[in-house]
Amino acid sequence: MNKDNEARRQELLKEGYEEVYTRTKVLTDAVMHYCPGCGHGTTHRIIAEVIDEMGIQDQVVGVSPVGCSVLAYNYFDVDFQEAAHGRAPALATAIKRLNPDTFVFTYQGDGDLAAIGTAETIHAANRGENITMIFVNNGIYGMTGGQMAPTTLVGMKSATTPYGRRVELNGYPLRMTELLSTLPGTYYVTRQSVQNPAAVRKAKAAIRKAFENQKLKKGLSFVEILSNCNSGWKMTPVAANKWMEDNMMPNYPIGDIKVDGKIAEGIDANRLVLDHPLTVMQ
Amino acid sequence: MARELKLMKGNEAIARAMIASGTDGYFGYPITPQSEVMETLMAEKPWETTGMVVLQAESEVASINMVYGGAATGKKVATSSSSPGISLMQEGLTYLAGAEIPCLVVNVMRGGPGLGTIQPSQSDYFQSVKGGGHGDYQLYTLAPASVQEMYDFVFDAWDIAFKYRNPVLILSDGAIGQCMEKLYTRDNVARWTEEERRANAPWGTWGKPATRPHNIITSLELDSARQEVFNLKLQKKYDEMKEKEVRYEALNCEDADYIIVAYGSSSRIAMKAMQMAREKGIKVGLFRLITLFPFPTKQLADIAKKVKGILCVEMSAGQMIEDVKLATQCGVKTEHFGRFGGIIPTPGEVLEALENKIIK
Repeated sequence: MNKDNEARRQELLKEGYEEVYTRTKVLTDAVMHYCPGCGHGTTHRIIAEVIDEMGIQDQVVGVSPVGCSVLAYNYFDVDFQEAAHGRAPALATAIKRLNPDTFVFTYQGDGDLAAIGTAETIHAANRGENITMIFVNNGIYGMTGGQMAPTTLVGMKSATTPYGRRVELNGYPLRMTELLSTLPGTYYVTRQSVQNPAAVRKAKAAIRKAFENQKLKKGLSFVEILSNCNSGWKMTPVAANKWMEDNMMPNYPIGDIKVDGKIAEGIDANRLVLDHPLTVMQ
Repeated sequence: MARELKLMKGNEAIARAMIASGTDGYFGYPITPQSEVMETLMAEKPWETTGMVVLQAESEVASINMVYGGAATGKKVATSSSSPGISLMQEGLTYLAGAEIPCLVVNVMRGGPGLGTIQPSQSDYFQSVKGGGHGDYQLYTLAPASVQEMYDFVFDAWDIAFKYRNPVLILSDGAIGQCMEKLYTRDNVARWTEEERRANAPWGTWGKPATRPHNIITSLELDSARQEVFNLKLQKKYDEMKEKEVRYEALNCEDADYIIVAYGSSSRIAMKAMQMAREKGIKVGLFRLITLFPFPTKQLADIAKKVKGILCVEMSAGQMIEDVKLATQCGVKTEHFGRFGGIIPTPGEVLEALENKIIK
């Protein structure tokens, strides 16, 4: 916490204010470059809070991707490596195997994890690496200006699908999270979101579980976070969150898919392999 | 293992030297003609003795990035491959150089271009020393000419890599990798303790203690002015290598009228050609490159002043010859002789080329 903030905090405490919430020390004072209303800031905060609450700040090594969160290393006050595009799971594999007592996590977007890094993602999961992967899915390439991502919905407009994604041209949206749940190497697979306080609380609990799982050494924990990309989607933050709920969530349903190495209760196995949604954007 | 006389393949020597030199991790992917490196490591099971981690990756792209992740924690991490696989690693190599991560990469060259052939070649010289990936960077590049040097250079690589925080490339070829020769092993160097790792690699990312700021390993700098300063720092490092870390061998160069410049397998063939020439009364010397970067520019230039001609022998269409001509400022007649595509020249062919291209 910087000095001005700390001085103001002391002042308020002296005036008799009760402290009900404070920013975690696992985030640095660096000003985040994310667009206002984007889910990255919130997702960073809840990861940092989990690290803080578990008391593992001195044991964490993070890996940031190429994409909007390329500078994540500036925001977390833990040791960090910046990977080449898509390769974060390869880095994390070696970090963890050579330093088994560390808590290792990757933080990746949909282009990084589900397009250029597909091989590294699938093989790290299939080897059952004892790492945590955080996958922020906003259905678009944000950093490069809103091009189609592997997760872009059918019919959704982007800079490279100006008339909407067409299956016959671009294929289907890739549901990496469902795909990974079918691999024996994954121990915990879930999809969460951060568009309101209730969702944030659930996402934070999922991230906590994903970090706690590293102690068990039973496989990879994978947390997808649905996020809006209000600037890429060309909407206000509030409208983008509503759009995400109405359009992204039917295609990318929220909730646990695999828990403690078993497909979660209520998940129809058909959903994982056969029942691919084809919601067409209007 | 102490100093013992052994008979083994070049690729096996690389693997055994990795274990003996206290290497912490190896990540690889099978490709001919270097697969014996990982096969030997898997058979030796060093994780049960020294604690070294060995993992077969899903691709060369993954293995070089595993090297990045592991080496960025301040540990000694290596990979090996052959030409097509090394091409896949070029992105990783420029990131490693740009993030100043010490590591070891071994290229047991085969013939190209493309899938090419599995036989020996030396056509990756440009890729190795002229920047195979993007940006201004250099790999400290060692060219072994024997199984003994395959073994020894692994030990040397760790000293250079950590001294300069720079990737080291051992540029070998299928002939040295596959041939069996005698070699003397060295005393084992223990893997670094936790304290040694922290002392030797204070920049490493192993988990930030409360006593230091967080360590960041990255090659990204969005501010152009700062990126230029960083590039200048890299260039200064490369200049220091040029000043202090050049290695070469000059044989019979004192009285030579002609010299052959070669490295690796070609230098072994050239040595025989030199002997054959001397038997015929032609005074030929051999200038063998050991480091390809840094190139022994001054040393070669000094010798070149006293000779009538230089034959560059390389199993390529003529790559190293460019650096030879730069070193001598084209001050002396210089020609290339090479076979390529997996063909190894004979000493007789080299002598014939010397007589026809240089002496005649």
